[in-house]
Amino acid sequence: MEIILNTLISLSLLGVVLAVILYIVAQKFKVVEDPRIDAAAAFTPGANCGGCGYPGCRGFAEACVKADSLDGLFCPAGGNETMKNIAEVLGMVAEEKEPQIAVVRCNGSHDKRRKTTNFDGPSSCAVSNTLYGGDTDCPYGCLGLGDCVVACTFDAIFIDEESGLPMVDEEKCTSCGACVKACPKSIIEIRNKGKKSRRIYVSCINKDKGAEAKRACNSACIACNKCVKACAYDAITIENFCAYIDFEKCKLCRKCVSECPTGAILELNFPPRKESAVQKEAKVTETE
Amino acid sequence: MLKTFPKGGVHPKENKFSAGKPIEKIELPKQVSIPVSQHIGAPSEPVVAKGDTVKAGQLIAKSTGFVSANIHSSVSGKVLKIDKVLDTSGYKQTCIIIDVEGDEWMESIDRSAEIKNNIDISAEEIKNKVAACGIVGLGGATFPTHVKMSVPPGKTCNHLVINAVECEPYLTADHQIMMERAEEIMIGCKLIQKAIGAGKVLIGIENNKPDAIRHMSETAKKFDNIEVHALKVQYPQGGEKQLIKAVLNREVPSGGLPIDVGCVVQNVGTAYAVYEAVQKNKPLFERVVTVTGKSVKKPSNILARIGTPINMLIEAAGGLPEDTGKIVNGGPMMGKAVSTDTVPVTKGTSGVLIFPQDSATRPENFNCIRCGRCASACPMGLEPYLLKNMTVVKMYEELQAQHALDCMECGSCAFTCPAGIPLLDYIRLGKANLNKILRAKKS
Repeated sequence: MEIILNTLISLSLLGVVLAVILYIVAQKFKVVEDPRIDAAAAFTPGANCGGCGYPGCRGFAEACVKADSLDGLFCPAGGNETMKNIAEVLGMVAEEKEPQIAVVRCNGSHDKRRKTTNFDGPSSCAVSNTLYGGDTDCPYGCLGLGDCVVACTFDAIFIDEESGLPMVDEEKCTSCGACVKACPKSIIEIRNKGKKSRRIYVSCINKDKGAEAKRACNSACIACNKCVKACAYDAITIENFCAYIDFEKCKLCRKCVSECPTGAILELNFPPRKESAVQKEAKVTETE
Repeated sequence: MLKTFPKGGVHPKENKFSAGKPIEKIELPKQVSIPVSQHIGAPSEPVVAKGDTVKAGQLIAKSTGFVSANIHSSVSGKVLKIDKVLDTSGYKQTCIIIDVEGDEWMESIDRSAEIKNNIDISAEEIKNKVAACGIVGLGGATFPTHVKMSVPPGKTCNHLVINAVECEPYLTADHQIMMERAEEIMIGCKLIQKAIGAGKVLIGIENNKPDAIRHMSETAKKFDNIEVHALKVQYPQGGEKQLIKAVLNREVPSGGLPIDVGCVVQNVGTAYAVYEAVQKNKPLFERVVTVTGKSVKKPSNILARIGTPINMLIEAAGGLPEDTGKIVNGGPMMGKAVSTDTVPVTKGTSGVLIFPQDSATRPENFNCIRCGRCASACPMGLEPYLLKNMTVVKMYEELQAQHALDCMECGSCAFTCPAGIPLLDYIRLGKANLNKILRAKKS
């Protein structure tokens, strides 16, 4: 009995003494954290994708709290809504940004680009890129080994088996830019999503002269200048034998798309075109 | 007992089918494409324009820095154009394309067969001539020879080590040069020796070439201070650090150069090129290429002009076999597969290997079973499995701490891996990314 009593008393005393020490130490080394960090972090998507440029979502929340204004801070995964919520918590104003999305600027599917070699090395674009220009004649095109798929934390990009090219899932893509960094050929670009998700872009980055580009791939940009002439808004420029559409200037009129002789310019999510008078006539004669 | 390097190494099957085949000349191609970047360092700047007439041996691209090399025309004819052509690197490179007309050489080149063995020019003149003639290391690494010949101030060089090991399986080009041009090689060695002020010349030859060892030893007797060392067969003995360890038992420090231990290593083919450049005024515009493979009808050693498309070489060796699965430029261990047979021969093309379909594909790969064979095969004492894993998870600082940059990409690790893991592919990627980071930090 005595042993039990002694044990209980000594242990309780020890507990009290240690508790006091712990309390004093905790008070002495208290870390005061801005409660707004937690509040702001609660609104972030929590995916830790790194698209904002900060280490994880909490890192971004901390940066927002420390900053004087929210200019230059943007959560691509959460978009305008997240930024609005964070701005409310911090009593600041968030700039509205147009929603963006990743686009794959290579149109060289299996049937358009001739395969010249069989790559049986590791299934990684980065590794393949250290060895050679690629398994087709186009040294700029997609290698199709899926480094972008591995990099995406949102499952928003996948390799289409039929074409061998990466496809972006519009619902899932948050434009965090992880795939852009992962692509050794710098094919993927973050562009404005556009009204009703409609966008037009040049799906090729081949910088070779027209004839050579065409030899390598049937749908390469051959820098023929037709789209530049067709564009009424000066949105298209040609540099290094490759056209580029400035999405800030593009008014989505679709004139360039029908001008392009190789089909390098893509339009997405547009309704089918109305048949022009000429086409109608042609159809009529055909049926006759 | 025969000497060799003590750490790591593998024994791939030798398959030297073309051994003993005399060096043969083939007919000139109709057109050559000469890349302006055939060496390590800055690409050269073309000095000819479209429509110019050139002679064999004429300078067509000038070096653009200290670590760079002149490029000379390998044929006489007219410059058709300067364009981008797919070369052995797997990328399109600027090439000077020349339509061949006749075979007229520069008058300054001495084309007689007579051997000139009197060395009457100064060390400085030798270096200048080697630089002017665009000589690069012909073992395959293509490092400009005049850079290696310039001993940095404060360092002394007491040994010139000649690499006649030819440790890569299949290749026999160096072997055949030694059999046919031994005396010229010795004079070349003497020239390099004079240029760098080395006391002794040591020639390392692997024991699988007994005829070459005998022939070279006999020829070496005519010259003073040249020794021939027979070495035990082991890949990669041709790596300069391994060769120095084998011949001299000196260890080059991590990140260091052979000159840190008082050596300069040159390839035996380079020694011959130096002889031709200095004594015969002939720039480097042709080289011996081994064309071989298991199903090749006539494995041969061919003296080819730089810029010749490799399909001409294959044609001379009996044509492309039907079961071809892969054409490799260089040796089977360190060479690179090409995607078309029209790529030109460059200064670094030591061989053109044709593999049949059944041996052209890589083995299926499985998970690492931690057997440690890669670590014991690595001649540099690195841990390849670790370097690969670090590359995959992008731990570049640790990669540097593990001396990834000491890796010379010999491929022994991937060769020996029982799980067929492409270790070297990843290490190469890791090295490339690490180098990028280091360069960015510097600037």
